[in-house]
Amino acid sequence: MERLNRKLGFLSSVPLVAVLCLSFLAPLLVVAAFSVMPRKVFDLAHLPDFSAYAALFGQGYYRSLLWSLGMALASTVILFLVCWPMAYGMAKVFRRFTLVITIAVVVSLFVSENIRLFGWVLTLMKGGLFEGNLRAWTGSGFDSPLYNVSIIVFGLVYVYFPFMLFPLAQGIAMVPDDARQAAADLGASRWRVFREIDLPLAAPGIVVGSLLSFVLAAGALAESKLLGGQAVIVIADEVETAFTYGQDWPLGSALSVILILIIGSLAIFGVTRVDLDAIMGRKR
Amino acid sequence: MQPSRLVRIALYLYGMLAIAFLYLPLVSVTFASISKARYLTFPIRQYSTVWYGRALESSTVNDIVMTSLKVAVLVTIISVVIGFFGALAFARYQWRFRGLFQKFILLPIFFPQTVLGLALLMWFNSIGVIPSWKTAVVAHLVWISPIATLIIAIRAYSFDPSLEEAARDMGASTWRILSEITLPLLLPGVVSAGLFAFLLSWGNFPLSLFTTGADSTLPEWLYAKMVSGYSPLVPTVGVFSIVASASIVILAFLLPWLVGKVKQNRPIKG
Repeated sequence: MERLNRKLGFLSSVPLVAVLCLSFLAPLLVVAAFSVMPRKVFDLAHLPDFSAYAALFGQGYYRSLLWSLGMALASTVILFLVCWPMAYGMAKVFRRFTLVITIAVVVSLFVSENIRLFGWVLTLMKGGLFEGNLRAWTGSGFDSPLYNVSIIVFGLVYVYFPFMLFPLAQGIAMVPDDARQAAADLGASRWRVFREIDLPLAAPGIVVGSLLSFVLAAGALAESKLLGGQAVIVIADEVETAFTYGQDWPLGSALSVILILIIGSLAIFGVTRVDLDAIMGRKR
Repeated sequence: MQPSRLVRIALYLYGMLAIAFLYLPLVSVTFASISKARYLTFPIRQYSTVWYGRALESSTVNDIVMTSLKVAVLVTIISVVIGFFGALAFARYQWRFRGLFQKFILLPIFFPQTVLGLALLMWFNSIGVIPSWKTAVVAHLVWISPIATLIIAIRAYSFDPSLEEAARDMGASTWRILSEITLPLLLPGVVSAGLFAFLLSWGNFPLSLFTTGADSTLPEWLYAKMVSGYSPLVPTVGVFSIVASASIVILAFLLPWLVGKVKQNRPIKG
């Protein structure tokens, strides 16, 4: 039986692994190869050089990278603080209401992110849902909060909310009530229970949620374009510009490689430290 | 250690507030779609459905809806099949590289989709494939088939392997076990994976952006219009896309209920 299991396990992994090798790993290798081509070529039949990487450090692209990483970090921290009470409620307090929240949040995910962000533009712009109605009632409006850095962070928090919420709720559900009860009986304060019981035991969920939101936010594009109106240029935007207007594939590839290295090492660090069987609800 | 009554009420309120916050922008889009004015300002002075008529007449809108639909249907079928077997490898069978496999299929999910789209564009270019809606299917699969796998895997974890072993002891072939035991037991997971696959593909923007070539999907078309300047068709088509997703979700919830009704009313044959 064990031998058969091993054979069937291997065989059934083949289709997915094949798809991912052909359309995930292979493209990444092509990007890596393009990044060491001379500037502005469109095929790989050239001698490698590192001029694209030289331009990367010479022309201030690191600033976009820092902006992207900084805003991703800020939104991840805010998301953790915003999602914790709700995830706690979903895992320990809400019972049936948890299902309602889950469905409502999942359904919102099915609406394209740019429609939802565009909705925020309509809500917050001058003459938008808030300002326009306020002025109609009171006679005085306010300046639009759009087109700056904090609104981009707001957009990131909004779009990646579910990606923090669900792993966090799953993580908190893994904290046994007995442990919290025991700590409380022994006289631990609420804060101490949170710090010494909840945080360490919910760590797998925290790690997955924070990683997902950070990684996705670091590579995000639509938030800064639609809400931020070019207040800052994010790294994904620089990559896109290099490919489209710039017609400089090696430069775009070099930028991507840097982003992929940062994000990839974080992702690998995260997923190797988490026991997936435990999170996904192994019953055996 | 249940929290006090006050804390519980605060948590419920907080939850409801968060949901309202998630849907607020969609309210604005809906209002905008029924405003008659060409340049939108709130409060809306005149309501009309004129832009819905325009959207339905427009051949561009019809084309992009068809493209989005084709992509989503293909992505759904392929990712459900791949995900079914992937989930068995993920959760059911104990095999040598299971741990590695579990981690490997998570990587595309932890990946910036815009960059993935560009990487695919370069890959297609270097193997001589011209981007069209078909290449967008491949792009969506990279992200959606791991998600389908995870959804089916949740179901596969709670599945009793002794059922399969019993069938095997009675001489059933591997294929017969798959189709008569494994598939029916995992079916709820397969259906929800299909639902997720369809809707995530229907609404996906960053993966389509660079991989559709001359074709355009609905979210892509909307984005192009939003960035290049306001068009009164944008909220209208946006609402259309939302309504399409919402009706599929409602249908998915109604279907099991309807099937149950039909089964109840059918007389039991002796």
